Amino acid sequence: MKEKNCGVVLFYSNSAAIRAEKVTLEAGLAVKLIPVPRNLSSDCGVALRFDWDDRAEVEKLLEATDVPFNSICRI
Amino acid sequence: MIYLDNAATSWPKPPAVAEAMVRFLEQVGASPGRSSHRLSVEAGRIIYQVREDLAKLFNCPDPLHIVFGLNATEALNLALQGYLRPGDQVITSSMEHNSVMRPLRALEKRGVELTVLPCSGEGFLEPGLIEEAIRPNTVMIVLNHASNVIGTLLPVREAGRIARRNGLLLLVDAAQTAGAYPIDMERQNIDLLAFTGHKSLLGPQGTGGLCIGPRVDLERLEPLKRGGTGSRSKFEEQPDFLPDMCESGTLNAVGLAGLGAGVRFVLAQGLTSIRHHEARLTQRLIDGLRSIPGLTVYGSGDAHQQTATISFNIEGLLPSEVGLRLDEGYEIMCRVGLHCAPAAHKTIGTFPQGTVRFSLSLFNTEQDVEAAVDAVVKIAQEGKASAPYQSQCPLLG
Repeated sequence: MKEKNCGVVLFYSNSAAIRAEKVTLEAGLAVKLIPVPRNLSSDCGVALRFDWDDRAEVEKLLEATDVPFNSICRI
Repeated sequence: MIYLDNAATSWPKPPAVAEAMVRFLEQVGASPGRSSHRLSVEAGRIIYQVREDLAKLFNCPDPLHIVFGLNATEALNLALQGYLRPGDQVITSSMEHNSVMRPLRALEKRGVELTVLPCSGEGFLEPGLIEEAIRPNTVMIVLNHASNVIGTLLPVREAGRIARRNGLLLLVDAAQTAGAYPIDMERQNIDLLAFTGHKSLLGPQGTGGLCIGPRVDLERLEPLKRGGTGSRSKFEEQPDFLPDMCESGTLNAVGLAGLGAGVRFVLAQGLTSIRHHEARLTQRLIDGLRSIPGLTVYGSGDAHQQTATISFNIEGLLPSEVGLRLDEGYEIMCRVGLHCAPAAHKTIGTFPQGTVRFSLSLFNTEQDVEAAVDAVVKIAQEGKASAPYQSQCPLLG
């Protein structure tokens, strides 16, 4: 996954980030929990990095599985 | 050695529990939910999985609404002290453990109105009494799912229906039933479920928590503790979302790793099979004890109306003397006395002397039960004449 074509999901709670990782991995998406990029403010220390092409699917999955998240940003 | 003190702490544990704890200490070790390196994330994953496994076991609608703490006592204190305010009325039963009674008595001094419903001598609660006790300011019904003294099951399902019909919250103390008896938060209308990890969930001591249902007003729920959560770190105010708002300070991650293994063991065994085994042994134990002359066995006598916890007394002997003889003469471990539930003992008529309590787990066998009954037969036959501890005690005359 190239950094330049990635997005991150920011979360309020670390527990929600872990759940988001589980849900997206189970759906077969290529994701990784990374430290929140310094230029982005967030409530929790980890963010879920994903391929920007999967943006719609990631958002849909998180909403369908009731994972609370803060925002989605391109990095 | 026969361990019959599972209502206090279950033992032994499935080997997977210690293995998960060793694996955590040797290979993971880090703080969950704090740093963002791989070990911290892995610790977070291990703990999140425990939330999911518990949510499955209890049919809790949201795994993120399970907050971890030390035990059921801490969870009950969070629910009671965190939710009730002066002027509120709360309804409970006369079979409660002090983990419910003591916080409620303290809240009563601060202006919470407390109604304690009387139970029968066998520990049963007539659900109609709950409905009759409801007033305009009633906020919550608090019941233990089963007595820690005599195992009698309380009518949680009926209480849930009453709570829902009247717009009240139902808080269930599942210390004695989580992992041993089916619990379904949605079907039983349980809004707050307090559990401990170290009994029938087969985890280590120092693990437990509170499952918080969707009808609980989070704005009203005050955390017991405030502090670091690894989230909203630039703010000096406590987060207002679960589980973080009620999980300040580093969790007992190694303990929760063990709890997860215990819960998965329970899920793999299946509650039906665990319950079947325990009920069969319980009935055998009840029947065996009831056949002994000079013995009083408390409770209904019907294993299907209780957990695997049985209390009894031998005529002419103090519970403490019986416990000492069981340990020294037969290597049988049990608990004697009041079991932290004075109200329950007043209800069943054993206050203040208490009872001898045998409590089984899924690891006990028919041989254990037979050996325990045989030991009690012998102790009852020997009687007071050979009770050196008791006869030497000046306080007893």
